[in-house]
Amino acid sequence: MLDRIEEIRKEAAAAIEAAPGTAELEELRVRYLGRKAELTTILRGIAELPDQERGRVGSGANQARTQLEELIAARDEALDAGELESRLAGDRIDVTLPGAPARPVGHLHLITRTTRQIEDVMIGLGYRVMEGPEVEHDYYNFTALNHPPGHPARMLQDTFYVQSDPEVLLRTHTSPVQVRGMESQPPPIFMIAPGKVYRRDSDATHSPMFHQVEGLAIGEGITLADLQGTLDEMLRAIFGAGREARMRPHFFPFTEPSVEFDVSCFQCEGTGKLADGERCNLCKGIGWIEVGGAGMVDPNVLGFVEFNGYDPEQVQGFAFGMGVERIAMLRHGVPDLRRFFDNDVRVLEQFH
Amino acid sequence: MRVPYSWLREYCDPGVEPGKLAERLAMTGTEVERVGAVGPPSAEGFVVGRVLSAEPHPNADRLRVCTVDTGDGERTIVCGAPNVAAGQTVPVALPGATLPGGHKIGRAKLRGVESAGMICAAAELELGESPDGILVLEDDGLVPGTPLAEVLPVGEAVLELEVTPNRVDCFGVYGVAREVHAISAAPLAPEPWADDAPAEGEGEASDYASVTVEVPSLCPRFTARVFTDVTIAPSPAWLQARLAAAGQRSINNVVDVTNYVMLLTAQPLHAFDLDKVPDGALTIRAASAGEKMRTLDDVERTFDAETVLVCDSNGPSGIAGIMGGQRSEVSGDTTRVLLEVANWNGTNILRSSRMLSLRSEASARFEKQLHPELCMRAQRIASRLMVELCGAKLVPGTIDVAAEIPEPRKLTLRGERVEGLLGMAIEQADQVAYLERLGFGVEIAGDDLEVTVPPDRHYDASREVDLIEEVGRVHGLDEHLPSTLPAVAGRVGGLTREQRLRRRAEDTMRDLGFDEVVGWSFTDPGEPTRLRIPADDPRTAGIVLSNPLSEDQSVMRTTLLGSLLDVAQSNLARGADRIAIFESARVYLPPPPTGRNRPNIGRNRPAGALDGDFSGKRAAPVAEPHRIGSIAVGPLAAKSWRGGDEPADFFALKGTLEALAGQLGAELSFEAAEEPFLHPGRAARVSAAGESAGWIGELHPLVGRAWDVEAAVGFEVDLAALVAVSTAGEEAFEDVTSFPAINQDIAVVFPAEIAAEQVRGAVFAGGGELLSGAEVFDLYEGEQVGEGRKSLALRLEFRAPDRTLTDEEVAERRAAIEAELEKIGGTLRG
Repeated sequence: MLDRIEEIRKEAAAAIEAAPGTAELEELRVRYLGRKAELTTILRGIAELPDQERGRVGSGANQARTQLEELIAARDEALDAGELESRLAGDRIDVTLPGAPARPVGHLHLITRTTRQIEDVMIGLGYRVMEGPEVEHDYYNFTALNHPPGHPARMLQDTFYVQSDPEVLLRTHTSPVQVRGMESQPPPIFMIAPGKVYRRDSDATHSPMFHQVEGLAIGEGITLADLQGTLDEMLRAIFGAGREARMRPHFFPFTEPSVEFDVSCFQCEGTGKLADGERCNLCKGIGWIEVGGAGMVDPNVLGFVEFNGYDPEQVQGFAFGMGVERIAMLRHGVPDLRRFFDNDVRVLEQFH
Repeated sequence: MRVPYSWLREYCDPGVEPGKLAERLAMTGTEVERVGAVGPPSAEGFVVGRVLSAEPHPNADRLRVCTVDTGDGERTIVCGAPNVAAGQTVPVALPGATLPGGHKIGRAKLRGVESAGMICAAAELELGESPDGILVLEDDGLVPGTPLAEVLPVGEAVLELEVTPNRVDCFGVYGVAREVHAISAAPLAPEPWADDAPAEGEGEASDYASVTVEVPSLCPRFTARVFTDVTIAPSPAWLQARLAAAGQRSINNVVDVTNYVMLLTAQPLHAFDLDKVPDGALTIRAASAGEKMRTLDDVERTFDAETVLVCDSNGPSGIAGIMGGQRSEVSGDTTRVLLEVANWNGTNILRSSRMLSLRSEASARFEKQLHPELCMRAQRIASRLMVELCGAKLVPGTIDVAAEIPEPRKLTLRGERVEGLLGMAIEQADQVAYLERLGFGVEIAGDDLEVTVPPDRHYDASREVDLIEEVGRVHGLDEHLPSTLPAVAGRVGGLTREQRLRRRAEDTMRDLGFDEVVGWSFTDPGEPTRLRIPADDPRTAGIVLSNPLSEDQSVMRTTLLGSLLDVAQSNLARGADRIAIFESARVYLPPPPTGRNRPNIGRNRPAGALDGDFSGKRAAPVAEPHRIGSIAVGPLAAKSWRGGDEPADFFALKGTLEALAGQLGAELSFEAAEEPFLHPGRAARVSAAGESAGWIGELHPLVGRAWDVEAAVGFEVDLAALVAVSTAGEEAFEDVTSFPAINQDIAVVFPAEIAAEQVRGAVFAGGGELLSGAEVFDLYEGEQVGEGRKSLALRLEFRAPDRTLTDEEVAERRAAIEAELEKIGGTLRG
């Protein structure tokens, strides 16, 4: 009996070794280890054997069976790997075809992007962002900003008025939000106000609608020198390290002293000349580029909000304002203000 | 304000090139638009010549062959001017000289005669106009060969100043000279109005003329002088040249004197032909509404009751402070002149000039409010020039009708305030020097200064802070101001939650493939009609501008849809094959009739800036809700070899809007609704927590046609409505990890008229708390479910946070779902 088991084992082992594919191997498994296989039959008949043979035959048959199972498993693995290889080899793709387009990601408008950049810089300096109406009371746009009725400074900005109410207009600057801010919050106040503004003017450098960012800082002992430092920091953050702010005295009704501020030219490093000696076309050889207007908030403006703690003898501070489009034009070389409102998607998609 | 450099230097010579002065002016508060040049680029080659003879040209009727002494000898010059004659003293451009515009004079043969130079007309040197031909110089013993620049400003630099409206003193050359003196410390010539003319006329001014002022508050001062024996003639070349460089046309000697004195002192003047003023009687009064007059520019003007007129017994003869009339204008045969120098109420002049759309050099000065003191300054200089240049005799006496002239203003400048406000220390001695150079009177009082304001600065420098500005700017901000940051503690910057969520909304739309656009806030009145919005819809009642730039931009938009369509249209016209855009901006709605405009009146949500509820004591005049609007035309993704070019439809945009809401932690619901501009079967109202938040839908084809846009789909929602229900940042933890969920798929057959949302509603009603999700994954209509019925497949997820659910519990819920579905005519299938 033991001899027969060894015979089966040898025969089966040889067959397994020679099996050409997983299908043939499965046939061998059924033939040698299946329910009707001789080895199976022997194992099933062990109980009927005499006592002295039972142990030896049993363990011999079991060993043979285990060994064959292992051989089949090993052969199966080998065959499987080979077959997968050849199957994968047939599954080739043309890797040079274009990729499936991802669903496109859109773009924020350059005005939004620039506004956010300014907001983020000022937030970092401790300012909060406030908003106000675009259709505004004359009071906030002019009167409370020290433009009394009939004052010539009102004519500096050509104003759109609302038909139904002569006291209502489209704000000509974001400055009314200063007053709203101070009305709603006692000093100290550090705020900026971005938003749309409107002036009755239209050409390459004027649009009847454009965007400004206003800044306001009021507290005890805030000086014009603090405005200088704030503008230095802000302009460096926007236009790059090494930039400086320059303030030129000017006139605005709601600030005293008033200034216009420039940034040192980032194309020629403030020299007015390019590397090849040519006059810098960005700053027109001046070395400075005008950015916006600023100044120390006029005591008369504080007078309008004195009820909320803005006593001009106790607190003081500065305000500044600038055009968002102008910053974006400078930073990205946009030549004409009107391009911002064309909304040509081929342009919109240039700015990521 | 154009300031010829030679004129400026007559009063204050800073000793630097005009360009350098311009830089210094710009850094101290007087912007120089540019340093222009009038006349030839260089004075070289221009000399005084004397015409010795002028003979007809042998080959040309209109040319003359002149022999001209130019100091270096005699030369032949061919001249085409009709007025050239022997004995004249003339400007000559020698060969080598360059004319304005760059033409270089050479030797040339003109019709066979060689010409060695050119006799110049005033216009050729940009020294004025030259109707007669060449410029003939007054002979004051001029020696031929004298450089012309010693006689006339040849190649004059002109500072074109942008004077700020507070500095009306700098609308006069002497005021600019004082400013230059202040910033450069170069000496300042004495005030040119110090001396008056001798009064050698007959009688008294009041014998010739009288002035009645009916409106003293609008005419604080009116002075008049009378001149006899006036000879009207062209002005001398120097005066013409100065006016030309300053941008004024020369008219005649009398008118030129008035303009010259205005340019020098900033105080406008007006000359009347006294013989055309009946009895010499002038009355200053308010116009009656509708009254008319023809002004010097030959236009008939109609006045309102607030316009002030200068009248004689024949009616109005001038608009106060703005422009004179034709009737009493000075003309060639004028012999007696009444010279008006008045002071007007600036606010009134500004108002009238705007009402009439008529601005003049005079009104530009008066509207900024001149001081009454200036009147007599101008009378004195003008009188001298009238006598000198017009041969006039000044009649003794000045008619002076003056209301009260304001007392000189006295201000205290506290020493500590200068550094306290500027953050830069300025020595007291420097402060005094700056103020005195600017014309202020200064007395030292310990650390403080007692300052007297000169009349020129009376209205501009009215407070301590104005003086601080003066000393600060003259001291020099660019050189001396430190750079510091506010030393105020405890400030924290940041965005509000609303602002953060708005950024997130915009970012989400971007990430979903939409480009942001910025549309015009204004639109044309026809837009609502093109959007098919009926006349009784409040969206047709946009805020109307009273002075729009054009009809196309005359109404504030009430929806973002119009400008989104405008942008789509222009991009499609430019060849775009698909559009996916959004806008994040406000619309403008008329205030509700409830008085105080809080836009969320009647709503449950708290108002904020996104709702148009802004800080400040006064509410916004109109409602300005912030909206997110979007439209798509064509596929959302580009077409490729793998397909993917299905045009965006209702569900594509609904998916976008749901993703947007999802990013904000807001839940939206949709129900079929109609909007005039949407496809009636493919439109929905969007709601958040039961409140309407906006619309979504496919565009009505007729609306698309109005914009040449086919098959667009879009939405527009109030951002505040989404933010109001947003849980973003406030989310509570939910345990979905500890215990497993049980998933089951069901198919529900129901009548076709029942909305999917109702089916889901029934499923949730039956599922109770244990049902944590029910996603629709299939829709079937067809034979298998029968006519008029639909089948919806849903994947249900059951879960409990505290235990593993048993099959029995789920079966119970499933039975309850079945019961709920039966209520709406639905059955579970399979």
